[in-house]
Amino acid sequence: MIEFTIWDILRNLLLATRWTIALSLVSFIGGGLVGLALLFLRISRRKWARAVAKYYIELFQGTPLLMQLFIAFFGLGLFGIDVPAWLAAGVALILWSAAFLGEIWRGCVEAIAKGQWEASASLGMGRLQQMRYVILPQAMRIAVPPTVGFSVQVIKGTALTSIIGFVELSKAGTVVTNATFQPFTVYGLVALIYFALCWPLSKSSQILERKLNVAHRNH
Amino acid sequence: MNYQFEFGWLFEYYPQIVKGIAITIQLIAVGAVAGISLGIVCAWVRALGPAWAKPVVAAYVELIRNTPFLIQLFFIFFGLPSLGLQLSELQAANLAMVVNLGAYSSEIIRAGIQATPKGQFEAGSSLAMTPFEIFRHVVLVPSLQRIWPALSSQVVIVMLGSAVVSQIAAEDLTFAANFIQSRTFRAFEAYMVSTAVYLLLAILLRQVLGMVGWLIFPRRAAR
Repeated sequence: MIEFTIWDILRNLLLATRWTIALSLVSFIGGGLVGLALLFLRISRRKWARAVAKYYIELFQGTPLLMQLFIAFFGLGLFGIDVPAWLAAGVALILWSAAFLGEIWRGCVEAIAKGQWEASASLGMGRLQQMRYVILPQAMRIAVPPTVGFSVQVIKGTALTSIIGFVELSKAGTVVTNATFQPFTVYGLVALIYFALCWPLSKSSQILERKLNVAHRNH
Repeated sequence: MNYQFEFGWLFEYYPQIVKGIAITIQLIAVGAVAGISLGIVCAWVRALGPAWAKPVVAAYVELIRNTPFLIQLFFIFFGLPSLGLQLSELQAANLAMVVNLGAYSSEIIRAGIQATPKGQFEAGSSLAMTPFEIFRHVVLVPSLQRIWPALSSQVVIVMLGSAVVSQIAAEDLTFAANFIQSRTFRAFEAYMVSTAVYLLLAILLRQVLGMVGWLIFPRRAAR
């Protein structure tokens, strides 16, 4: 039997971590773009648009991410597309992140005082101008800490893509375990790598919250 | 798209689905009760407990909150046997959910405890209550009441996260869906049906938790 050193294990896990990071970035950025669209629907003046966004968010927050991955993986195939795991993983994670980011940002926009809307309306601004010049710049300050906090959920969410066969950190952990028969060491290391990715983000979210809150209270 | 949807398998396989639903409900029931209890203990330690225990609990909370549930589950199920702790699939799934919810709920409950007005503690000690009595009789229930909505959402999130326990062959709802799709090759339909069931369970669980809150907290005019 071949002997594996800790370094052998760690090196292979770190190589797979690149895919976890890449998928997290794609999901977070793509989810942000779709989430922005959802935000505009959610605070639209048209009733149907608000309803569409509301049910979208309800659906994606009320079902397991794993099921969304399965449906993306098997469902896209129904349209005659040959679905590689990375595509299903990307699509599902983008749509899932969008639901959460859209809802987080809606809270931030609604936290802006109503007088700001009225003041900008009295200057003759249109709906888009109001958002662009008055509401979003203020809402963004409040939105930064929870958005950074949610990025941790995205990184942890990518672990589920191992189940539909995308080879990232978790899948690599399973593969390496099957080769080395050392589940305790391997999954311990996998957990530590996830921790190293997520903890700085969690901490900076907390610090930002404290900082921006103070700034927010002072004006 | 010329795919024919076919739900005829439902008649043959509904016992598996019902069993899966029962196990998912059992998992979240145990997970919620034990997890919130663990969360209360951890929140007490971090807010008011002995100084030596605070860093221990803080490390536990940070470690769980910053690693995926799937890895925690694998570590418990595959990793712990090498320390001599052999668990069945269901025991491992239950333990993982309790440990996971314990960490998240302790942070939520701690926020509730910290929002308690200082006068409440002072009033308690002026009645010669010990710190533990103050926590038990004065602080705990209003703190829980304050954060109950946030705690309820976290329980729903953990319930949806429990779909992952099918990966260690715990026979929950997702396991049933996997079983059916491997027998009938009706993957899309099987996952559609189980996703709809999860959505219903989530809505139902939210109602149940709302009722529990209505029953255990004193109903007076909002502060």
